Amino acid sequence: MIKLDNVYKSFGNNHVLRGVDLEIQRGESMVVIGGSGTGKSVTLKSVLGLVTPDSGVITLDGEDVTKAERDAFLARFGMLFQGGALFDSLSIWENVAFRLLRGSLKRPKAEAREIAIEKLRRVGLKPEVADQFPSELSGGMQKRVGLARAIAAEPEIIFFDEPTTGLDPIMSGVINELIREIVVEMGATAMTITHDMTSVRAIADKVAMLHEGVIQWTGAVADMDTCGDPYVEQFIQGRAEGPIEAVR
Amino acid sequence: MMSPTAALAAIGRPALALLAAIGRLALFVFDTISHLFRPPFYLKELRDALVSIGYFSLPVVGLTAFFTGGALALQIYSGGARFNAEAVVPQIVAIGMVRELGPVLAGLMIAARVTSSIAAEIATMKVTEQIDALVTLSTNPMKYLTLPRVLAATIAGPILVGVADIIGIFGGYTVATGRLGFNTAAYLQNTVNFIEFTDITSSLVKGAAFGFIAAVMGCYYGMNSGRGAQGVGQATKLSVVAAAVMILAANYMLTGLFFTS
Repeated sequence: MIKLDNVYKSFGNNHVLRGVDLEIQRGESMVVIGGSGTGKSVTLKSVLGLVTPDSGVITLDGEDVTKAERDAFLARFGMLFQGGALFDSLSIWENVAFRLLRGSLKRPKAEAREIAIEKLRRVGLKPEVADQFPSELSGGMQKRVGLARAIAAEPEIIFFDEPTTGLDPIMSGVINELIREIVVEMGATAMTITHDMTSVRAIADKVAMLHEGVIQWTGAVADMDTCGDPYVEQFIQGRAEGPIEAVR
Repeated sequence: MMSPTAALAAIGRPALALLAAIGRLALFVFDTISHLFRPPFYLKELRDALVSIGYFSLPVVGLTAFFTGGALALQIYSGGARFNAEAVVPQIVAIGMVRELGPVLAGLMIAARVTSSIAAEIATMKVTEQIDALVTLSTNPMKYLTLPRVLAATIAGPILVGVADIIGIFGGYTVATGRLGFNTAAYLQNTVNFIEFTDITSSLVKGAAFGFIAAVMGCYYGMNSGRGAQGVGQATKLSVVAAAVMILAANYMLTGLFFTS
């Protein structure tokens, strides 16, 4: 279980997180929604230790993440980055098998390549792309490769940072379906941040609404439309009027 | 009129900022070197960096040294003619290239070619979240990106400087024997006789120091770059300027260390 307890984070005078409380149960798919600049990415990066909170405690299965043994801790995670974050200098299969080619999970090169090709197939990419480079692929294909890399080492927990940003609606639907299928089939715990409501409905078991640095509402995705929270209602209906100030 | 405390603050703020910057750079260097003694070691990355930094810098370093050696021969010949000392061309070209011009020009060429490319590459990786991705894939960016580049540049530096020294002397030889009428055998004999072991040692030590500085500055500014294309551009520019200035300052200090007693 991942638990964030009263987490604060500021960058200079910009107080991004102002006491975030959030719990994600094992095997659950939690989607954090909220407008741009509300601290969704900072929340996610705080869990991974990419950003250090100013105060508050983040625990994984009861252990403070800042005190966990780093390699073992990170080995439990996979992450799909917003822009893919594929390594330009490496071929597609080397990107996917990155973790399997070095470190504690190192496998023989041929075996790592086989696993990479299998994961590429799982996300709908043909083995022929294995020897291509990221710059040769479209945005949607890069997202799929990023997804294949995130699941290559079969992590217990997968984070998805804006998985459909920049994709056309059909490709967004494909990526959403893939994420849902993979999370269910692996039995993984998932945390997704997005402002794409189609993604929310396709991926989430539970939803948390982040606004002004705090979780405004959290609950089951089925309850989202009828929760009565004015922030959530304004956000999911995409209205300019409401408690969330829209800059015109 | 500015109050005394405001005047002190105006001096203190930049002084503190400078000290903080030196401290950050020192910690960065210490962190980089500390990974040298802690596994895992990324040998493939080291090999790739050696090829990219060392092998692919040979043409630009060689051409620079060749033309500088040639120009140096012409200058010494015309300058020496003012007091009937044209014959010292081989000796002065040799000492000038080996002690100063070879290491400094190779260092500056490494700064121009290698520092800029390292800074731009790492800064782009930072902007596109590739550095974060490395961390989530249980890979320390200092160990995977910085150490191989710094190590490769420190190894390649003396080799490039050695090549620059030889090609620079060859440039002087070509001009002196081809245009200025020097005897080929006598020119080479004078060159070999005049160079001392300390000249070569100092040249190679300078090469290692300049390679180290060039790579460290590229990595440091790349890792600390700002956001977007502007951040990448700024990191690249600052890294090259800082590397060039530090190479020239280090050259002065090393020359003082080797040649004054």
